[in-house]
Amino acid sequence: MARILAVDDSVSMRGMVAFTLRGAGHEVTEAEDGQLALDAARGSTFDLVLADVNMPVMDGIAMVRELRTMAQYQGVPILMLTTESHTDKKMEGKAAGATGWLVKPFDPDQLLATVKRVLG
Amino acid sequence: MASVGVAQFHQVFFEESLEGLDVMESSLLALDEGGDSELVNTIFRAAHSIKGGSATFGFPEMAAFTHEAESLLDELRDGRRAIDGTIVELLLRTVDCLRGMFARAQSGQPLNNAEAESLRGQMAAALGRKIEPKAAPSRRAGDHADAWRIDFRPHQGMLAGGNDPLRLFRELAALGELQVQPVLDRLPPLAALKPAQCHLGWVLELGGPATRDQIAAVFDWVEDECELTIEPLHVVADEPAPAAGVPAGKPPAAAAVHGAESGSVRVSIDKIDGLIDLVGELVITQSMLDQFREEFDTAKLALLQQGLTQLARHTRELQESVMGVRMLPIGSVFNRFPRLVRDLTQKLGKQVKLELVGEQTELDKTVLEKIGDPLVHLVRNAIDHGLEMPDRRRAVGKAQTGALRLEAFHRGGNIVVEVSDDGAGLNREAIVAKALQRGLIASGDQLSDEQVAELIFQPGFSTAAVATDLSGRGVGMDVVRRNVSDLGGAVAIRTRSGHGTVFTITLPLTLAIIDGLTAAVGREHYIVPLVSIIESVQARPETLHRVTGGGELFRFRDEYLPVLRLHQLFGCTGAQAAIEEGLLIVVEGDGTRVALLVDGLIGQQQAVVKSLEANYRRVGGISGATILADGSVALIVDVAGLIRLQSRSKAA
Amino acid sequence: MSQPNSPASASPVDMPATSQYLAVNLAHEEYAIDLLAVREIRAWTPVTRIPQAPSYVLGVLNLRGAIVPVLDLRLRFGLAREEYGATTVTVIVIVAGRLFGAVVDGVSDVLEVSAGDVRPVPDMGTAVDTEYLKGLTSVAERMVLLLDVDKLLQPQDAQMLEAALPAAADVRAVA
Repeated sequence: MARILAVDDSVSMRGMVAFTLRGAGHEVTEAEDGQLALDAARGSTFDLVLADVNMPVMDGIAMVRELRTMAQYQGVPILMLTTESHTDKKMEGKAAGATGWLVKPFDPDQLLATVKRVLG
Repeated sequence: MASVGVAQFHQVFFEESLEGLDVMESSLLALDEGGDSELVNTIFRAAHSIKGGSATFGFPEMAAFTHEAESLLDELRDGRRAIDGTIVELLLRTVDCLRGMFARAQSGQPLNNAEAESLRGQMAAALGRKIEPKAAPSRRAGDHADAWRIDFRPHQGMLAGGNDPLRLFRELAALGELQVQPVLDRLPPLAALKPAQCHLGWVLELGGPATRDQIAAVFDWVEDECELTIEPLHVVADEPAPAAGVPAGKPPAAAAVHGAESGSVRVSIDKIDGLIDLVGELVITQSMLDQFREEFDTAKLALLQQGLTQLARHTRELQESVMGVRMLPIGSVFNRFPRLVRDLTQKLGKQVKLELVGEQTELDKTVLEKIGDPLVHLVRNAIDHGLEMPDRRRAVGKAQTGALRLEAFHRGGNIVVEVSDDGAGLNREAIVAKALQRGLIASGDQLSDEQVAELIFQPGFSTAAVATDLSGRGVGMDVVRRNVSDLGGAVAIRTRSGHGTVFTITLPLTLAIIDGLTAAVGREHYIVPLVSIIESVQARPETLHRVTGGGELFRFRDEYLPVLRLHQLFGCTGAQAAIEEGLLIVVEGDGTRVALLVDGLIGQQQAVVKSLEANYRRVGGISGATILADGSVALIVDVAGLIRLQSRSKAA
Repeated sequence: MSQPNSPASASPVDMPATSQYLAVNLAHEEYAIDLLAVREIRAWTPVTRIPQAPSYVLGVLNLRGAIVPVLDLRLRFGLAREEYGATTVTVIVIVAGRLFGAVVDGVSDVLEVSAGDVRPVPDMGTAVDTEYLKGLTSVAERMVLLLDVDKLLQPQDAQMLEAALPAAADVRAVA
C-alpha cells in the first residue's frame, strides 16, 4: 500500500483523513503545517501528499511550490484539500504544482475513491 | 462503517473549533485596536477550518453559517472591505452565535435558531446579497451522446504536476469502451527531447453511456494544463440524464456526543516524549539495580548507592513530568478577558486598556478550571469600582484611559496571578463606614490600611453606593477568597488611594503535591505548607509579650503576631510549652499572620496530599494527610483554617 | 476470607442460615465481627493522632496509601485501656465503603453462626452497651456477643463530633 503524507492544521480533519487511509491499509504520516510537512518530506519519500490550503506558518500552496523544487517530488501526486468556495485557490494550487484537489466536505468513501483514482 | 470511525473525531472537532473561536475572538479584539493584517489571516483560517470541519463532520447549517462569515473575512483580507467597528462587532456576534451552535451540536439539539438566521441574514446583507438556494446548472445541448471523441494535448509540464495520462485513460476506460490513438506531431528531435516532459497528444474515442460532465470530470485537474475538446460522436436527443454512475457518499451522521465536558487533557508531543525518555532511563536504572539481587558484596556498595541516587532522581523527574501533563497555560483563561473588558467598558462608558502578561505560565488543569470565576470577579470589580470615568481621570491628572493588567508568573514553588489597576484605590472611608454599620468593627478601632482592605473579604461586604448590574450580583470578595482557598491558594490585596489596587492570588503548582516543612510537636509530625510560611525564627524573650487574658504576642518586624501553640490546638502531649525553647513559624493565611509554636523543624519535603475525609471526616485546621518515608502518616496543617479555629475558640 | 454463603444482614430476623464471624477478645469477653466486613487483621502499631477527635479515636494509619481512622474498642465502650500487648491487633473493617480500624485485645477464631442460634441481647449488664450489639449466641458453651460494626463509627459519632466541636463544624460549613 502507499505511503501518504497528510497535511492539515485541523486535528479533526487530519485525524479523519489519516484514520480513513490507515483503515484502507495505507501508511500515513501526519503534519500540521506546510513547514512540518516539508521537514517530513525531506526525510522520507511519499507516494502521495494530501494538503490543506489554509494553514499557519506555511500554507498549502507555498508547500506545494517548495515540494516541486525537490527532485524526488517531481511527478508525485499532490492533492489540495480545498473548499468549493475558492475556485481561485484551486487554480493557484495548480499553478504551484498541485496535481489536483479534493473538495471539502468529503467523506471517507470519497477520500478513498480519490486516492484510488490517483494511485491506481 | 466508515462513519462510525469518523465519529471519534467529532469531539476533537468540537474542541479545536472552540479553540478556534477563542482565537477568532481575541484576534477580532486586537483588530479593533488597530492590529495588523496578519490577524485577518488568522481569523480567516479559523473560520475556514470550522467551515470545512462542520461540513465534513455533518453540520451543514454550521458550514453555511460560517461560509457567510468567511466570505466577509475574505473581503477584509483582500482589502475589498475596510475594517471598522461595525464589521468587528458583527463578527464578534458571529463568534458568540457559533459557540451557541457548538453547544447545541454537543447536546444534539437543532443548530439553527432565530438568532443564527438573523445574523446570517445580516452577514449576507453586508455582503450585498440575499441568501438564495443555488440554481441548478442548466443543461446544455449536446451533453449526452452514445460515443465521444476527445482530443487531448497535454502541455509539456503536465507530468511534473503529478498527473499521469495513463491514470486519466484508466478512469475513462471505467466509463465505457476506450480507444486511444497517440498524436506524435509535436515530438521533438531526440537531442531536444526531455524525458520529464510530455510531448505526446492523444485522440480518444469513448463509447458507452458516459455524459460530457463525467468525461470533463476526469480531466478537471488538468483543464489548465492541456488543450481539450470533447465532442459527441452520436448525439442522443431528449433523453433524460442517466443517474450518476458513482453514488454520492452520504455525509457521516452526527454521532451522539456526550456532555460538553470532555475531561481530557491535550498534551504536547514534547511532554510525552520527555516522559518516554524518563521511563527509559528508569528502566535502565532498574536493571542496573537488579544485578545486586543476584549477588551482592560490600565491594559493590558504592555502585548500589549510585544506583539508588539515580533512581531517586529519575523518580523525582518522572513525578514532575507526570504532573506536567496536567499543566496547561493560563492563556486559555486570560483569553476571555479582552472581550469581557471591551463589553464592560462600553457599557459603563469607561476607557480601559487591558494588558495580559505571562499567558504561557502553566497551571494545573483543575486549578485552571476553577480560577476563571474569581478572576472574572476581580476584573469586573476593577472596572466597575476601581477605574474611574474618563473625565474623572482627567480631572485628577491621570491618563484618560485606565490601565488594567492581568499577570501570571512563577514565584518560589507557586504560581502568582495578579490583577492590578491604576484606578482610585479602595475607598477607606466608605469601607470603614460600612464595616461600622455591619458591626464588623467598633467605632473606636484604629485600623491600618491592610486591616481596612481585609474588611472587603468579610462575608456579604459590598461598598458600591448603588449596586450596579455588573458587580452587584451577590457574589462578594469572600467568595473569591474561599474559592482560591479551596484551591490551596491565598488572596492578598495592596491598595493606594488614588493610585490603584493590586490583588495577588498565590496558587500551588499542583493540587496533588505540596511543598512543606515538617515540624515536630511532641511525638507528632506536622507538615506546614511552604506557601503559607513567611519565616521561622527562634523567639528571644524580649520579642514576646503577654497580654491580659493569657494570650501571647510575638514581635515580628513591625507587627505583633498572636502566638498559636500548635500542641494546644491539636492537643499533643510531651511538646515544648516554653516559647523561647521552641521554634516560631510565622505563617500567613487569608491575609492574617500568626506565629505557630512548634518544637522544631525536621526538614523540607514534598508531600503527596491524601484525603482524611475519604474514610473519616474533615478536621478543623487540617487540610489532609500525607505518608512519610517510614510509612507513617503526618497531617498537613491548613493555616487559614487554623487561624479561623483559633479566633473562634478565643471568641467562645 | 471470602465466604460463599450470604451477605451480612442488618437484623437478626432475616439473617440467612449461617454466617461467619471473627471472634475477638475484649476485656475478657468474647465478641464477634461479621467476617464480610473484615478487610484484614494487623498487629497493633502506634498511629498518628488527629486533633478534635473523641478519645477512642486513636488516630489514623496508612493502609496502602489510604488514610484510615483507628478506634480503640475498649475506649469506645467505656472500658479502661490496659497495655497494648503482644496480642493486641487492629482489625480493619469496611462499612458503607469506608474503612476504619478497630483495636481489640486479640482475635481467637472464625465462628460459624446459624441464624436460628442468634438471640436478642437481654439488658443484663454486659460491659458493652446493647446499642452496639446485634445479638448473642453461644459457641461450645461460650457466650459470644455479635457486634454491630455499622454503629461503631456512624452515625452517632458524627453527631457527637459536630455537637462537641462547633468550631470544626463551622470550618466545614465555610469550606
